[in-house]
Amino acid sequence: MRQDHLITATQLSRDDIEAVLDRARAVADDPAAYADRHAGRVLALCFFEPSTRTRMSFDSAAKRLGMNTIGMGDVDSSSVSKGESLSDTVRVIEGYADALVLRHPSEGAATLAGERVDVPVVNAGDGAGQHPSQTLLDLHTIREDHGLDDLTIGIMGDLKYGRTVHSLAAALTEFDANQHFISPDSLRLPRSVRFDLHETGAQIREHDELEPVLGELDVLYVTRIQKERFPDENEYHRVAGEYRIDAETLEAAADDLTVMHPLPRVDEIAPDVDETDHARYFEQAHNGIPVRMALLDTLLENADPDGDEGTEVDR
Amino acid sequence: MSDHELRVSKIRDGTVIDHVEGGQALNVLAILGIDGSGGFGVSVGMNVPSDRLGRKDIVKVEDRELSQSEVDVLSLIAPEATINIVRDFEVVEKNRVTRPDGVTGVLSCPNRNCITNAGEPVETRFDVVADGVRCDYCATILRADIADHIDV
Ligand SMILES: [Zn+2]
Repeated sequence: MRQDHLITATQLSRDDIEAVLDRARAVADDPAAYADRHAGRVLALCFFEPSTRTRMSFDSAAKRLGMNTIGMGDVDSSSVSKGESLSDTVRVIEGYADALVLRHPSEGAATLAGERVDVPVVNAGDGAGQHPSQTLLDLHTIREDHGLDDLTIGIMGDLKYGRTVHSLAAALTEFDANQHFISPDSLRLPRSVRFDLHETGAQIREHDELEPVLGELDVLYVTRIQKERFPDENEYHRVAGEYRIDAETLEAAADDLTVMHPLPRVDEIAPDVDETDHARYFEQAHNGIPVRMALLDTLLENADPDGDEGTEVDR
Repeated sequence: MSDHELRVSKIRDGTVIDHVEGGQALNVLAILGIDGSGGFGVSVGMNVPSDRLGRKDIVKVEDRELSQSEVDVLSLIAPEATINIVRDFEVVEKNRVTRPDGVTGVLSCPNRNCITNAGEPVETRFDVVADGVRCDYCATILRADIADHIDV
């Protein structure tokens, strides 16, 4: 991967993705070999929106590469509430760190940050935009179970605002994947995402029910339907109830169906699914560590190709 | 003097933007940043009968020739427009507009949650795609309603 930043999944080629996932596999096989790889370097965790797991996942990944991490503390108490622009904030933080991870409530925030600084920027979620590092760990999980080609995947839930969905759908167009999108009418894929999928000639179909396609799927990727997307709470309960799965739902699925979820879940996957062989969402979350280690390692290497990362064997 | 000449009189030097889609003349002026304060003569014909468009608008600006970036943006709201450069009452150049690859700093993003609408010191940037323009920041696609988002 010859990229300076990771902003959107659409920037990634198949080769880029496979290179990171190969490295993630190597990291997972021998984490000790990476333990001091970026000792002395600092990762800034710039979270302008609450997040526990993504922030902790990056924090842990960085520390396992020997890095230190710095954060912004509570968002309300930082300069954000004093009205400093994101452009200024990232320019300041650039001086404190060797790479930035950014989560921000506005779409396009990571693109802007990437234009403002010279250190690598990783988009850890920009509004309803993209969340490409999540996609890499999703792909890693799928690849370990089924491989990424000749894949039939169902993506269900909030497809309109779900940034993990937007990134995943875009990345899957690099592979031979049949994508089924299952959602209520009001939460279908946004026009911009559908535009990109059509541009690539991807095989996609949209459904309002899971049942007709469930039997064909290798992977079912479930996302949360949030209450705040609905003007009326009764409407929310009615709609969300239709996109909930439990162990009984999955009796109609293939034996080797993999069920994934970016987490946190509320009740869209019943706890009884956890006990089935289908459940893979906790492994998926754990995969965030080797994948984010591989990603940071790659971006830091790109930013500093002559760095002492142990690759200069001949000199 | 014929009817037609009454509506839009000839100019000595300047630019005639012809075959503008009916109703878009004021947007054309907005794109060009022309509000009359510049002192040059401007005449506008709206909903003039046209063989090609049915009804068209026509804009004449005296003593002003258009830059390429102005023509680029113009092409988005008036794809059929012709640009006539007039010198000494003669049309010396006649060009159809062509769609540019991108537009910087002219349009505002329709997505209220886009970082370009968050008070940042940033110019908007749109890619021109098959049937509209697309925000480089948030990827929102703007189609028929481009003229509503001209930000000059
Ligand atoms: Zn935008």
